Amino acid sequence: MSDGEGRPVSPEERQMWTTWVRERAVGALPPEKLLPDRQPAYVSSWIYVFGVATIAALVVVVASGTILGLKGPEWWHVAGIGRFFNGIHLWAVELFFFAMVVHLWGKFFMGAWRGGRGRTWMTGAIAFLVAIGAAFTGYLSQQNFDSQWIAFEGKDGLNSVGIGSFFNVADFGQMYTFHVILLPLAVVALVVWHVLLVRRHGVVPPYPAKPTPPPQQAAPSEGSAR
Amino acid sequence: MSGARSPAPAVPDDASPWPGPFVRYDLVKELVVALVAMAGLAVILTVLFSSPDDSPTTIQSWAKAAPGDFLTTAVGELDGTSGIATYGPPYNHTPDAAQKIGPISLQEAAGVKIPIDTAQDYVIEPLKEIPADPRLRLSLAAYQAAPAKLQAAWTGAYEEALPKARFLRGVPLLPAGRYGPVAPMMAALLGLAQSGGLDGALIAGSHRFYETNYTKPLLFLASGAYFEERAEGQHLLGTQWGMMNETGSYPGQVWLWLYTVWYQIEPFKSSENADALIFVLMGILSLAFVCIPFIPGLRTLPRHLRVYRGIWRDHYREVEG
Repeated sequence: MSDGEGRPVSPEERQMWTTWVRERAVGALPPEKLLPDRQPAYVSSWIYVFGVATIAALVVVVASGTILGLKGPEWWHVAGIGRFFNGIHLWAVELFFFAMVVHLWGKFFMGAWRGGRGRTWMTGAIAFLVAIGAAFTGYLSQQNFDSQWIAFEGKDGLNSVGIGSFFNVADFGQMYTFHVILLPLAVVALVVWHVLLVRRHGVVPPYPAKPTPPPQQAAPSEGSAR
Repeated sequence: MSGARSPAPAVPDDASPWPGPFVRYDLVKELVVALVAMAGLAVILTVLFSSPDDSPTTIQSWAKAAPGDFLTTAVGELDGTSGIATYGPPYNHTPDAAQKIGPISLQEAAGVKIPIDTAQDYVIEPLKEIPADPRLRLSLAAYQAAPAKLQAAWTGAYEEALPKARFLRGVPLLPAGRYGPVAPMMAALLGLAQSGGLDGALIAGSHRFYETNYTKPLLFLASGAYFEERAEGQHLLGTQWGMMNETGSYPGQVWLWLYTVWYQIEPFKSSENADALIFVLMGILSLAFVCIPFIPGLRTLPRHLRVYRGIWRDHYREVEG
């Protein structure tokens, strides 16, 4: 066993928490798995584009949201350039959800949780639900008629199950904090976790073309599932 | 195409390493191309459609545009008959107002955490802030000193007469009647609202400068018909698929369709507990969505649907010849 520079790791060093974390991380996701330069040949459908499109749209959402956040919540109402960035933020969110929904349906039809990939599906599904919350608080933070009406309508569902006073949709300060910090952090963390799981367990293989043949298969050519 | 091709790329096991052929795959290049494409699409859509920004309704704009509706709402807040005055938790303790899921009321259990006394908060306290008006002071004192039955008689008579009210430069003129101090109080409140003072009074109160909580003014606004009519004109009502829509012709939160659809159909549409029932139903559906990999029947459904044959058609063509 050696460290990242090829130096042997001593028994004392192996006792270190840092060494333990590094060895676990590199063992689970070696560089060639984290950033692969090849994929199984079946990864050739257009449906695979929507996963990376979702991530790309999320980057645009976060970048445009950061600019809006840096200038403050009033900016986009009073400055043309602010309105422009708000437009980018809005449409990137629409693109994000469009790509994510197509990605989710695609993964459903692939049965993408097979082969020990249950957590990959679950992190993706939870990211979708948390993203809905992030978008909802964004609509509440617009400071226009939309926000007023959505807060008025949204309060009833939350009040009816007793959480309306803890998550008060008419409290701009609370909704803005959820929208610009808490929920985006949660979405990004879930997406990162999801992607790492995809890299670790690989892309789900196709369903068998015909009943599984007798076990005289070719030997595996890769050290891990792809 | 790279990597050694195995002669029989059949699928041995979903978790096993892929024994078939591999192709080159530039992950970083794909991400950069996707990023450029998404950013470009967002810019194009922004240039073509911009984003909606309908200005909010203020109490001032409401009181100026629809003074009759404002006064109807205000007198309802004063006598405790408005929608918010009878809402129940978390705003007040109205009996039997909380929604239930079967015998359980989570709304009731959570209690009154944002207390709103509509008469005090929306009418009496703001009127106390108006300076140098001795007649108003006397009216307020008379109203507060009167027994509840007399207060109700005054507000009832005022509510009854309001449809016949005329407005002269914003001042309400009602037919003669036994309104007691309610008429001068309402006239003063309308004047305060039309000047913009009630917006400030309800948002910041009298002891604060900074404020980000709009619960009180929003609930007051929403008690009136003016706010709802504006929403109806923008297809935002619950019966019009509600908050998944957005002002104008923008797509809005289309991803909320499954939440909104229940409000359009029975038994939810006419249920007094629709919000609670739909919230719980969506909670169950969301949990099922997350747990699909572990739900018998659902987890094997894609195999039977066979949509995957289209997704992996190149693979099956190669394998099956």
